[in-house]
Amino acid sequence: MKQLNTSVELCGLTLKNPVMNASGTFGSGMEYASLTDLDRPGALVTKGVSSSPWEGNPTPRVVETPSGMLNAIGLQNPGLEVFIRRDLAFLSGVDTRVIVNVCGHSEAEYEEVAERLNEEDRVDFLEINVSCPNVKEGAIAFGTDPGRLKSITKALRAKTGKPMIIKLSPNVTDITELAKAAESEGADALSLINTLTGMKIDIEKRKFALANRTGGLSGPAIRPVALRMVYDVSHAVKIPVIGMGGITNAADALEFLMAGARAVAVGMYLFHDPDAMIHIIEGLTAWMEKEKLSDINEIIGIL
Amino acid sequence: MIHKAAEVLSVNRLGEDIFELRLLSPAAKEATPGQFVMLFPDSPAYLLGRPVSICEALPEKEELRFIFRRVGFGTAAFSRLSPGTELFLTGPLGNGFPLKEARGKVFILGGGIGIPPLFGLGKELKKDDSLSLNFILGYRSKAEGLFLSEDFSSLGDCRLTTDDGSEGFPGTVTDCIRSLDIIPDIIFSCGPLPMLRAVKQYAAEHGVKAYLSLEEKMACGVGACLGCVVKTTGTDPHSGVHNARVCAEGPVFDSEMVVL
Repeated sequence: MKQLNTSVELCGLTLKNPVMNASGTFGSGMEYASLTDLDRPGALVTKGVSSSPWEGNPTPRVVETPSGMLNAIGLQNPGLEVFIRRDLAFLSGVDTRVIVNVCGHSEAEYEEVAERLNEEDRVDFLEINVSCPNVKEGAIAFGTDPGRLKSITKALRAKTGKPMIIKLSPNVTDITELAKAAESEGADALSLINTLTGMKIDIEKRKFALANRTGGLSGPAIRPVALRMVYDVSHAVKIPVIGMGGITNAADALEFLMAGARAVAVGMYLFHDPDAMIHIIEGLTAWMEKEKLSDINEIIGIL
Repeated sequence: MIHKAAEVLSVNRLGEDIFELRLLSPAAKEATPGQFVMLFPDSPAYLLGRPVSICEALPEKEELRFIFRRVGFGTAAFSRLSPGTELFLTGPLGNGFPLKEARGKVFILGGGIGIPPLFGLGKELKKDDSLSLNFILGYRSKAEGLFLSEDFSSLGDCRLTTDDGSEGFPGTVTDCIRSLDIIPDIIFSCGPLPMLRAVKQYAAEHGVKAYLSLEEKMACGVGACLGCVVKTTGTDPHSGVHNARVCAEGPVFDSEMVVL
């Protein structure tokens, strides 16, 4: 049998396979280095980084829910300088594409991070986080209003030479409207979905399970919602889409690819299986062999 | 650190909702007292690991012993495991107790389901003849079960307390230590948050170094998700902010470094 092609092209760069992690679920890869092979995924996506350190939210920050979890971390991060010196330096030793997730409270903060990362060759893509539901100032405010999303996308487009992925929120009435807004101002790709806002109450303590009261729902519970949105967005824009939301195995990944995603990301399931990305890559190859498919691109967007 | 299936050797009920689980796992060869593992219920609906502290590791037999309280779906599932079946485990995780800090009169204070990890600690410290080991173990009541109390009495001077006075000293662990005429040289402690706050206060009043093992809701267990942080008095070197990860920098912290 001839060589199978699992590589996909994203904004002019080749990924050796279409599987990556979702931001925030894998640190910067460093934390999982002893548990899985970081060279295998098509890309690694870092946790969100802002210009200065962020404290994040009070605890409890996480709680399990049926086939999923809620989180309200609040984008705690050590700030750009520590990130570059430590996390990005670590990623220099990893043989895969690097996507840096960027967050901020204001347009100026996003711009500062994007501009500084222009100097870093190890950064292959920026993913702009305008969809975190757990931060009061900034973040999701940019991702739920088409006007503000256009404005920040335009501003960042002027500051960065890196391929720019805009990460969309599902907490909107019509996600295709936001997708088109980002595309119109120069986004190179879109990733979706971020978490869905949810809540859990601890009836014994008669309190909210999360200190933040609400959190972002992720995991298999959201997969059908995510798939529908990935399908809708893929058919509404011309730029590539990275699909995510409750992916656990190759079959799930194939659903997103068939719906139009150029690549897929695994999020919460990495907490269950640190090798999930490798299992999915191997599962995709096995499926291609079974289906006598020589190129993964042949099934992308077939529906 | 490994993420692998472990074989169940035995499950025993020690009290109303208290269970002992023994697993066969190579993680036993790396584990030090105070570390924990993530145990995964075999369920598509409950995906997260449950952090469970290691009571005792027997490296030569590759055996890990855990004692846990049945509180929710995951621990209920663990309580029903049959010998010969398997469950996934990630570990050992966390820093463990700083054994080298032990000196002179060592007081080991445990409360409730915080007692088990102190057994592995006591066993390790007993190897050093220069130390005098004093245990104060707090339970809810005799009826709930005085799990491990006999194991501890073989290690050193052991006092029991119960909230309802049904066994030993009536009151809390810190009430008990305050009733004694001895000031420890060092304290190691694990238990519920109100107890750890009281231990921290006692240590501060008496100028005694105390190491506390903390608990927090976790998702990843390996330092990636930043779910399980504790407020720190100074800037944490890893996070760059006033938060340390209980799973990675902890679960054991110098009491002066954390805000409880």
